[in-house]
Amino acid sequence: MPRDTTTGRELDTPYAALLEDSAEDLYEHAPCGYLSTLPDGTIIKVNETLLAWTGHRREDLISRLRLQDLLSAGDRMLYETHIAPLLQMQSEVQVAVDLRRTDGSQLPALINTVLKRNDAGEPVLIRTTVVDATDRRVYERELLRARHVAEASEARARALAQTLQESFIPPAPPEIPGLDVAATYRPAGQGDEVGGDFYDVFETGRGEWVIVLGDVCGKGVEAAKVTALARYTIRTAAMQTRQPSAVVTTLNQALLNQHIDRFLTVVYARVQRNPRGECSVTIASAGHPLPLRATPDGRVETIGRPGTLLGVVAAPELHDTVIELAPADVVVFHTDGVTEARREQEFFGDVRLRRLLVSYRDENAANIAGRIVDEALDFQSGIPRDDIAVVVLKVPEGNA
Amino acid sequence: MSVLVRNNVRVSGRYDAQPMVFAHGFGCDQHMWRFVTPAFEDTHRIVVFDHVGAGESDLEAYSRERYGTLQGYADDVLQIYRELELTNSIFVGHSVSAMIGILAAISDPDRFAKLILVGPSPRYIDDDEYMGGFTHQDIEALLDSLDSNYFGWSQAIAPVIMGNEDRPELASELSNSFCRTDPEIAKHFAAVTFLSDNRDDLHRLKTPTLVLQCAEDTIAPRAVGEYVHGQIPDSELIFMNATGHCPNLSAPAETIAAIRAFL
Repeated sequence: MPRDTTTGRELDTPYAALLEDSAEDLYEHAPCGYLSTLPDGTIIKVNETLLAWTGHRREDLISRLRLQDLLSAGDRMLYETHIAPLLQMQSEVQVAVDLRRTDGSQLPALINTVLKRNDAGEPVLIRTTVVDATDRRVYERELLRARHVAEASEARARALAQTLQESFIPPAPPEIPGLDVAATYRPAGQGDEVGGDFYDVFETGRGEWVIVLGDVCGKGVEAAKVTALARYTIRTAAMQTRQPSAVVTTLNQALLNQHIDRFLTVVYARVQRNPRGECSVTIASAGHPLPLRATPDGRVETIGRPGTLLGVVAAPELHDTVIELAPADVVVFHTDGVTEARREQEFFGDVRLRRLLVSYRDENAANIAGRIVDEALDFQSGIPRDDIAVVVLKVPEGNA
Repeated sequence: MSVLVRNNVRVSGRYDAQPMVFAHGFGCDQHMWRFVTPAFEDTHRIVVFDHVGAGESDLEAYSRERYGTLQGYADDVLQIYRELELTNSIFVGHSVSAMIGILAAISDPDRFAKLILVGPSPRYIDDDEYMGGFTHQDIEALLDSLDSNYFGWSQAIAPVIMGNEDRPELASELSNSFCRTDPEIAKHFAAVTFLSDNRDDLHRLKTPTLVLQCAEDTIAPRAVGEYVHGQIPDSELIFMNATGHCPNLSAPAETIAAIRAFL
């Protein structure tokens, strides 16, 4: 009768005849490699399986080489910087490494290493099992490659989004001679998505300028298409007609003609400076938050009249409102990314924006625009949920 | 955010005593010092910390630009010094933190009384006569090895590690926590560390310095330790019996004795 090698008892199962393994045979021919090393890595015992896998002769390893000597170059560094210290700190480490075979090829392996301490707690022995992980590592490398491909394509998408986004705003900071104008723009999220806010500042060629700021409903490629359409339609229409409501109506018609089922809000301002240096602004708003005017006496008020948003009805209700600006007056055009910035249930809101304007109206246009965007960002912990676009127009003091 | 939170700074020992600052190297975190620091708690004010990107530092603070050179890490050390108002300090730097300490001591020498460098190397890659011990291919291979081993990191538990999670037990369930970091940060730190060349900084160091050189240290071989000693004007070199690159873990008693003798 065969006996159990550990207990010495006789085995009487039908498989007893198969279980003739001695403890030594189990060690030497186990389906994994075994290594025993001193704490410094010096090999003192190794099984047949590992010798067969690597091609090493026992006499070349015992007391001659260290575990780390069997590793590929990168893994040797990994051993010194990660595996050895982890072994000291947590006594057991599992790691994927490549073992060097004598023929120069590499054996991808998973090793499990345990540090044995004596009663005094001093490290005395390291035991390591080695599992042939050739197939597994091929699979993992495929996954890794797929991840690298995904990362590269994400980077491309990000670059594409940024390039597209940059086309929604003028390439250079806006300038209107004799007036102080500045804009700030911050797309939603972490910069990997195309938003729907846009603005433009341009001269129409008659000593008149246009400030336009809008918001296409939604995000992504579809919204981007509409944003692009809106920008060039406005530029073209502005050359054909002076009246803001007429320009905006043309844009509405273009949206309907192209069967675009996205809303768009926009505020359009024609800025004129007469020879005396006075500044008058004609505004039409289509569903867009009305611009705010701050005056030196501390008042803040909306200017213009609300109108219908675009892309919905054939004849939107739009109004042209003429405003005369005095020296030191500030006009802020903004998208709802400012006022609807959210912190939990709370909105940034109109009141905060007005208060901000009162505080900073003495600053120049760039500082005011920067302050508004900073505060709106801070309010939502730095990462905006919606695009934020702000254009500030200021009449210099003593200009009139 | 306070630099003390950013770098997970821990202070222990005697508050009014001379400060000893222990800086960990590439691979693990401040736990690398846990067998060594208790020996000095009765006589010194002990400061340990995690470099940004390692351990329980604030990973949000990691920037490839700031930490694209070792000077970025040295600037962090000096920020910690200023925050804790450390002067007349003993700086103990392991591995790459030896060079980080040198850069910090050159920038603000008045704060450093003595430097102890454990396994320092000013350049890891061979260069003509100079034998750093590695080639560019070796460093590439290390980056590949890091790609195959995440040491307890997973994207799913990243928020837990970053400390804004109310279930800390999730983090402790993972093994290898002492070496855990975002794999991209690990690779970048590896590249910055092993591609650095600070040989020209060594002679600019005026602080009295002890170099601890292990036997059979493949990361910082004996010839490199001798080079460092040769270049730093006011330096001593001790060859340790300990083998490998981490005597602070494998031979704490010998490490403690060598440090104490130098103080």
